[in-house]
Amino acid sequence: MYLLTYDHSVEGFFSAVFEAYERKLTNVMIRKEGLPLGLFSEGLRRVSTNPRKAERVYVKLKALMGELGIQKIIYSLLTEEEYCERYIFDVIKYAIKHPKINVMQDMSHPSVLQLAKYTKSVHREKHRMEAFVRFKLTCDNIFFAEIEPDFNVLPIIAKHFKSRYQDQKWLIFDQTRSYGIFYDLYKLEIIQMKFNRQSNRDEGLEMLKKDEPLYQSLWRTYYSQTNIRSRKNTRLHLLHVPKRYWKYLTEKIPEY
Amino acid sequence: MNFDRITEKLSILADAAKYDVSCASSGSKRNNKDKGLGNATGMGICHSYTEDGRCVSLLKILLTNVCIFDCAYCVTRKSNDVKRAAFTVQEVVDLTINFYRRNYIEGLFLSSGIFKNADTTMERLVQVAKKLRLEENFNGYIHLKSIPGASDELMREAGLYADRLSVNLELPTEEGLKLLAPDKNRQDMIDPMNFVKNEILVYKDEKKRFKKTPKFAPGGQSTQMIIGATPETDLQIIHTANHFYKNFNLKRVYYSGYVPVTNDSRLPSLQSQVPMLRENRLYQADWLMRFYGFKADEILDPKQPFLELDVDPKLGWALRNLQFFPVNIQNADIEMILRIPGVGLKSAWKIIGGRKFSKLNAEHLKKMGVALNRAKHFIVFGNSLQNIQTLHHQYLKEIILKTVNSKYEKHYQPQLALF
Repeated sequence: MYLLTYDHSVEGFFSAVFEAYERKLTNVMIRKEGLPLGLFSEGLRRVSTNPRKAERVYVKLKALMGELGIQKIIYSLLTEEEYCERYIFDVIKYAIKHPKINVMQDMSHPSVLQLAKYTKSVHREKHRMEAFVRFKLTCDNIFFAEIEPDFNVLPIIAKHFKSRYQDQKWLIFDQTRSYGIFYDLYKLEIIQMKFNRQSNRDEGLEMLKKDEPLYQSLWRTYYSQTNIRSRKNTRLHLLHVPKRYWKYLTEKIPEY
Repeated sequence: MNFDRITEKLSILADAAKYDVSCASSGSKRNNKDKGLGNATGMGICHSYTEDGRCVSLLKILLTNVCIFDCAYCVTRKSNDVKRAAFTVQEVVDLTINFYRRNYIEGLFLSSGIFKNADTTMERLVQVAKKLRLEENFNGYIHLKSIPGASDELMREAGLYADRLSVNLELPTEEGLKLLAPDKNRQDMIDPMNFVKNEILVYKDEKKRFKKTPKFAPGGQSTQMIIGATPETDLQIIHTANHFYKNFNLKRVYYSGYVPVTNDSRLPSLQSQVPMLRENRLYQADWLMRFYGFKADEILDPKQPFLELDVDPKLGWALRNLQFFPVNIQNADIEMILRIPGVGLKSAWKIIGGRKFSKLNAEHLKKMGVALNRAKHFIVFGNSLQNIQTLHHQYLKEIILKTVNSKYEKHYQPQLALF
């Protein structure tokens, strides 16, 4: 088995795919860098990301499987799952071998089905984040939100927020992956920084605009008043809003 | 803003609005324009869920709970001794904008008690929508309640600013309405619904010729009926729904299980349970009509006017119509695949896609998300032979029920004892 490793980026993965074909490697595995190495007898190579090669793979795959097919591959990579590349590469090989058919429709193929599953999970997480982001207005007039999504969905939710909130500055920060996306009224920017979550609530409050806690309180009032007690259904409630998301949901955080 | 006063109003007017079921924010096509606030394109978003498991998508409030009507099933009825409150137009606008900016909501669902008369009430609702659209450049979702008896001019204006309009039929039949809501009459509800239906067609037609034609209620119309407050059968309810889907192009009919709010000899007692299972079965039947190609009179007939509570309506239909089964997964039409119990819309299309590539087996179906415990009794694979006709109807139902753990099981008994 020959092992190719890449830098965790989508471009990096496509560069690795390019090399696998360029070097005509038949028995090859693509993995993320920095993970424990398994058994590989034929060789190991760290692929350096090459935008030009990545672009060629991208164009080829788009021609073979269309926009939706490419989206499935990118969504699957965003799972960050340890072995996701195995299924993705398997589907890519399948597609290149059968250029006349749209292999993404072959739900009887285990790797195609696995990609469909990954896509479903990532898509659900994307949709959840579009729903569960809760902005707080800070004193420098930035609507600020923190998230800890299961998958790396920030790159694919940015567009949604950009088309919706065009007249306010906002920042969504992924605490798990320590980066955020900032909209400055004109364009999106990726922001890398380390900052600790406010451990002390009063410290956090100082950063907020004066009215902010009042609007949060109004929202909590609304949330509790719109509930119908005689229809209580905790099972269904938790299915829709699993507890791991409560940390940043204004309506689930007790009053100041 | 006086936050204490607003909190009190919000508390009263959200509480009074919560029995309206619809919270849909989907189906509109409103883009953000001129770098404004918000959009309402395509898919709806549930921003949260209440502890009863319902979606919270819109800020759903009444403008006021002052009402001149005395409908028995309604908390806001004139004779009920509750605290009354009223928002100003500006207060509703501020709440909507501030909630929207924080990503709490997709937009506003504004309804109202009827104060003074229909037109005064409708006019005030329209003012809120107008202000949001024109002064705040708000492009999020707006659902306005059409007040029964409102004039055509106001309904036209409402349609220009709102994404969706709805009139509640309140009760499935006219007799039910006469009994519980003597101040209301059905025609007053149907008139604005009819007007909006026709306007939507007119604007759609004009849009084809003139690109600049403004949108008119792009999210369409919906309605809602209270279930279990009056003794209608499911057959009557389904036929009413079917009538309104067909003749008024409704996007949705909502079924709202009656929540006991008052002691009145005309209504189920305060101790009676909310008929949640029945409501669920009605929604399933509604889905069968809208997405699965079933006709209203296939789902129920006069001999059996209630939906079975222990099996879903699709399984019920299959058990009554065993002559159409087994269905061959490999070559049956999509119409028949959709009728297999345990096969949903998505898995049906996966079957159609997947079978072009290989001969499907049970393992494939399982991975595609088919509920095999139900489906396996109604299907055959490729050229295998299996005859379910030998299974007796009642026997088959029991076999299937043994494999299903219904979350509703505990509901069967009290539900059946309701009438």
